[in-house]
Amino acid sequence: MSPVTEPEAARRTVETVWRMEAGRVVAGIAGVVRDVGLAEELAQDALVAALEQWPRDGVPANPGAWLTTVGRRRAVDAIRRRQAQQRTLAELGRDLDERVSPDLDAVVEETIDDDLLRLIFVACHPVLSPIARAALTLRLLGGLTTGEIARAFLTTESTVGQRITRAKQTLATAHVPFEVPGPAERAERLDSVLEVVYLIFNEGYAATAGDDWVRPALCQEALRLARLLQGLMPGEPEVHGLAALLEIQASRTAARAGPDGAPILLNDQDRSRWDRLLIRRGLAALDRARALGDSGPYTIQAEIAACHARARTPGETDWARIAALYADLARIVPSPVVELNRAVAVAQADGPAAGLELARKLADEPALAHYHLLPSVLGDLLARLGRHEEARAEFERAARLTGNARERSLLLERAAGCRSKKS
Amino acid sequence: MRYMLMHKLDENTPGAFDPSPEFIQDLGGYIEEVAKAGVLLAAEGLEKSSNESARITVTKGRTTVIDGPFTETKELIAGFGLLEVRSKEEAVEWARRYADLFGRHGIDVEVDVRRVSEGPMES
Repeated sequence: MSPVTEPEAARRTVETVWRMEAGRVVAGIAGVVRDVGLAEELAQDALVAALEQWPRDGVPANPGAWLTTVGRRRAVDAIRRRQAQQRTLAELGRDLDERVSPDLDAVVEETIDDDLLRLIFVACHPVLSPIARAALTLRLLGGLTTGEIARAFLTTESTVGQRITRAKQTLATAHVPFEVPGPAERAERLDSVLEVVYLIFNEGYAATAGDDWVRPALCQEALRLARLLQGLMPGEPEVHGLAALLEIQASRTAARAGPDGAPILLNDQDRSRWDRLLIRRGLAALDRARALGDSGPYTIQAEIAACHARARTPGETDWARIAALYADLARIVPSPVVELNRAVAVAQADGPAAGLELARKLADEPALAHYHLLPSVLGDLLARLGRHEEARAEFERAARLTGNARERSLLLERAAGCRSKKS
Repeated sequence: MRYMLMHKLDENTPGAFDPSPEFIQDLGGYIEEVAKAGVLLAAEGLEKSSNESARITVTKGRTTVIDGPFTETKELIAGFGLLEVRSKEEAVEWARRYADLFGRHGIDVEVDVRRVSEGPMES
């Protein structure tokens, strides 16, 4: 036991430890009760017990194990109460007695790792919507409060609370077992997990230099989850691919917005402000992903991000490789947006005419009918070919389609520029 | 937010800079724990100051370079860890667990927790 500290300091320590350990504590309890919703309630009970005891007695040497053990004991109590009414559970109770020892050392770290992995797969089960999965994951694994999750997703606390409650009900109704999925559904279920981590990251990343610190913090939560997954599933290439992608994207955080919060495009960013440490970590994760087998979509996107990260100036960018990587990506996950990105890369590698030819093919794509980036790219390529009148029409079309005021004024400026060049 | 944890040891304490296999195993477990939690960005341990060290001092514009060991310095930086955490309290909690690790092996240690400057220097 560490020396007894001031009550206020002790309370903050409890909260800090809770956030650090929440995932492992909930997982460790769920490993016994096999029910994520119940495990979370019991973990909360353990937290309340810690808030009572630690300020008085000091913080235990292994706080996570303390919380897990208290939660498991409460689980046994709860199940015994049910047993009194329902003798059929007697066997489960005996089994529990064997698994729940009063000894703190009984919280074996390796089995907690297994439980943690099960918890992640359950919280990210495809029976839940991606946004519900994200809320549940941040709550169960990140130890975030509903209030913090609500601020991060720019919604109300009651909405998040309901979302989490409904998610737990859905998992219970669907009888989702507390298990790591078997080989038959492993790939699909892993996709479902990675999608959630990427969603959380993008939710934070999309908000450039916002007033609200919570949204950039979402990027941190996502990175933390991605690194956690690397430790739990070291043999999965796409886990490392996703981690690589997030590390490299996060490396540009300081450079991607001006002092006034205006977004700065990749080619205009001050590359000396890119975080070399995160880039190194990203490249290392990418190496691990590649060493494990064929590249999946996250690994390919990480490769593309790495091409930019390796270029010290925009001129050094290996656009031919990026174009080839987009072609690989389009083969695995066909999408007009990926095709449009490929057109941009091809234009950089082989000149605007080649890019234009590809981009033009997308003109009839219904999915891009209202996507401002298509006319924006077309306008840019046409302008570079000196076809200013056509370029102007595209920029104006793009300006009508974008919902972002800053972007609209930029596009209208370019349209005006085309007009002056023509006359 | 990033914090640097620096631990300082007395070179004259036996076992401080030449750790036992048991200590190394314990340390490995701690490093794995921090890495798995997704907060460890980098960590390095340092050799004792008798092994290829030097100290450069500038005093009133005069530069002197002396080679180690720095026998007159009691507490020498012995390693560092760079953590990305949510709060100072979290950094302190990781540092406490790190310090306890030394304590369990009977080694006195001092661990400093320092906030890493982030963002542009000019702002």
